[in-house]
Amino acid sequence: MIRRIAQTLASMPLLLTASGQAFAELRFNLQDPQTIIAHEIYDLHIVIMGICTLIFIVVFGAMLWAIIKHRKAAGHRAEQFHENTTVEILWTVIPFLILVGMAYPSTKTLLIMRDTAGADMTIKATGYQWKWRYDYLEDDVSFYSSLATPRDQIQNQAPKGENYLLEVDNPVVVPVGKRVRVLTTANDVIHSWWVPAFGVKQDAIPGFVRDAWFRVDTPGTYRGQCAELCGKEHGFMPIVVEAVSEDKYKEWVAQQKAKKTQASTAAAADVNKTYTLDELKAQGEKVYAKTCVACHQANGQGMPPTFPALAGGKIATGPLAAHLEIVVNGSKKNPAMVAWKNQLSDLEIASVVTYERNSFGNKTGDLVQPKDVAALRK
Amino acid sequence: MEAAHGHEHDHDHAYHPGGIMRWVTTTNHKDIGTMYLWFSFTMFLTGGLMALTIRAELFSPGLQIVQPELFNQLVTMHGLIMVFGAIMPGFVGFANWQIPLMIGAPDMAFARMNNWSFWLLPPAAILLVGSFLVPGGATAAGWTLYAPLSVQMGPGMDMAIFALHIMGASSIMGSINIITTILNMRAPGMSLMRMPLFAWGWLITAYLLIAVMPVLAGAVTMVLTDRHLDTHFFNPAGGGDPVMFQHIFWFFGHPEVYIMILPAFGIVSQIIPAFSRKPLFGYSSMVYAMSSIAILSFIVWAHHMFTVGMPAAGLLFFMYATMLIAVPTGVKVFNWVSTMWKGALSFEAPMLFAVGFIFLFTVGGFSGLVLAIYPIDVQAQDTYYVVAHFHYVLVSGALFAMFGGTYFWIPKWTGHMYDEKLAKWHFWLSFIFFNIAFFVQHFLGLAGMPRRVPDYALQFTDFNRVSTIGAFGFGLSQLLFLYIVLKCIRGGPKAADKPWEGAEGLEWTLPSPPPYHSFETPPVVK
Repeated sequence: MIRRIAQTLASMPLLLTASGQAFAELRFNLQDPQTIIAHEIYDLHIVIMGICTLIFIVVFGAMLWAIIKHRKAAGHRAEQFHENTTVEILWTVIPFLILVGMAYPSTKTLLIMRDTAGADMTIKATGYQWKWRYDYLEDDVSFYSSLATPRDQIQNQAPKGENYLLEVDNPVVVPVGKRVRVLTTANDVIHSWWVPAFGVKQDAIPGFVRDAWFRVDTPGTYRGQCAELCGKEHGFMPIVVEAVSEDKYKEWVAQQKAKKTQASTAAAADVNKTYTLDELKAQGEKVYAKTCVACHQANGQGMPPTFPALAGGKIATGPLAAHLEIVVNGSKKNPAMVAWKNQLSDLEIASVVTYERNSFGNKTGDLVQPKDVAALRK
Repeated sequence: MEAAHGHEHDHDHAYHPGGIMRWVTTTNHKDIGTMYLWFSFTMFLTGGLMALTIRAELFSPGLQIVQPELFNQLVTMHGLIMVFGAIMPGFVGFANWQIPLMIGAPDMAFARMNNWSFWLLPPAAILLVGSFLVPGGATAAGWTLYAPLSVQMGPGMDMAIFALHIMGASSIMGSINIITTILNMRAPGMSLMRMPLFAWGWLITAYLLIAVMPVLAGAVTMVLTDRHLDTHFFNPAGGGDPVMFQHIFWFFGHPEVYIMILPAFGIVSQIIPAFSRKPLFGYSSMVYAMSSIAILSFIVWAHHMFTVGMPAAGLLFFMYATMLIAVPTGVKVFNWVSTMWKGALSFEAPMLFAVGFIFLFTVGGFSGLVLAIYPIDVQAQDTYYVVAHFHYVLVSGALFAMFGGTYFWIPKWTGHMYDEKLAKWHFWLSFIFFNIAFFVQHFLGLAGMPRRVPDYALQFTDFNRVSTIGAFGFGLSQLLFLYIVLKCIRGGPKAADKPWEGAEGLEWTLPSPPPYHSFETPPVVK
């Protein structure tokens, strides 16, 4: 590790010149606002910063004057005054009045932000370690949304794309000009749903439902991130919202529904089918790479004690029923292991358990069929 | 600081062991103060190494030096170690050395308890640092230890909880000692309103500590029982409430930030008049300002939780109450500037750090006011803007005050003058690199970079590089401080009883270094 720090340090001057060209796009202020709330916040911030700057100039102007003119080295003799009631009352009252002046526009904006009534549509955003699930309450659309940036970009094995860390597989799609209410909650730990361009940041808390709202008028793609430390992959669960025209939105909803029907027909067919070990392993490897790898690691070694090893571990080599139970219903002892029955299909659970019991050097030979999982759900 | 003892053995009735046992068994406020200060500096370097590892990782996008799980552990431990290991014990060290000297007492009121409150700290530090070695590593839940994330952690979390219990007990004992000393052992004639402001700052701080450390202990104990005894204080599935942890934590946490700044206010209020050669402006309003800040600190905690989701009325209350803190804080800054106004200023190292404190603490104060405004806080909460804000008040605030205080009083402590030229270098290097490291973080936060992330989107690269360079410069500059202090302990020009022309106070009536029992007969304050 020390060698790597040294390498990084050594390359600092070089990297700095290389990034010189990029300085043109440095951003010193909030992102360009896209909603009424974000606009209000942007303007409020400018006003408050302006007032602070003025006070700063007055106070430190006086201090600078004293530093230059009232130095002992400049021959200044100290006066001995040490109080002045009038001045002291003035500099208590005037700041108070300035604060009242700041409180007025802040209160106005606050009330706009907290008024979540009159929504045209409602989307429930649920935080998971480490992805988001979205449920469109009126349109009956649901999906998970996770980081789309490939791992090799993060590990510096491939050049980083334009939207590095701010891209997802399934973005949230909303129609422009509609008042959207976002309900936030979480499944495991606290997350926070944040889209800077909307001026919306709402914590997602397990067991509670909170809300916020936005209305975007310009079509486009807006990117944000989880803003509350939620564990190891906290920096890797972005939020992407696509604002599209009303028509395109309807089209998208129709597509999502078609996909859902397709998936459930396929799942129904899967349940009764019997698969071979190789089929299940191949399918399970894909599910594992998408769902399990962040905690249990690609080599199945996990990160004990929170994320136990599957390779040679008690669960993946012990009784099959207990293994299946913990994947389907989650762990009662370790809240990091959630119930996957809500996120994965019968086939996905069956295949991933089969994969885990027959990989990383585990050779149980056990086979789980989708119908075994379906039975456990009842 | 060897020179601080030993001269008085001939008429001293107590036996003093030498070598290591002197430090283990000492009940002397100066020895204990010295140990607190060295402990604090050691923790400062430990936490600083973690900070530099964090900054090195953030020099470029992508994961280079540490993986996310270790990164989160480092972020968490950096916070816990700096707050509970460096800043708080550092100020207790100042209190131990200075309060008896400044109020004309022979020692602290409870000398044996003083020994114990110090010796509780090393085991706590070992628990914290040692937790990196247990399975799963140190806790990675952030220094705020939010449940339910903290319930998920490995045994490192339990070690952190026990460390907090121990450090809390140490703080409470230290506070009882300080309060008792100040209220009962002042020299005849020193009424409370004639007491040095450093003693005032600590008196108020000690009450805050006694009020809130048990609250923190309660919060982490509930996490502990949730983790091991199947209670469900914070588990919604069992009828618990994750948000309750945050309410309890920040009811401790907000007074805690004033615990870390009121002693700094005290130190700065001693230094500014000394080098302005002019009495402190508005002494009584300084006392009232510190008291109002302490009282307000109990009713503003939920501004740390503006994005948790609260009714508008609650948000308005906490926003207004938080904004009010700007009034007494402003009074203090105005008073310091007025003290300098028409004085006869000179800029030795203590004064440089004190002026640097006022300047940069005010920057942090303004960003604090910006964060108090709920709508802006919603954008800035949990971003680098907040990171910039609290480093402006804690590093260029609390830490700069401790540097200034060290240079101010080290001639008294060691009997030697420090190297003024090097100390000025230390100030300017710290000042410049600090701003390089942290000013740009305001921009990062506003532009949307969350805090506590090991990796970031490409548009944040440039400012992160600048910040990392500043952080390394700042960190390395502190080795110069270590060198200056060691050099001063080993020798240097003999310090006069009162090495600073404009300094006032009882500590300057004693020889440098002062006798083993500071004041054997109480001085009379006219």
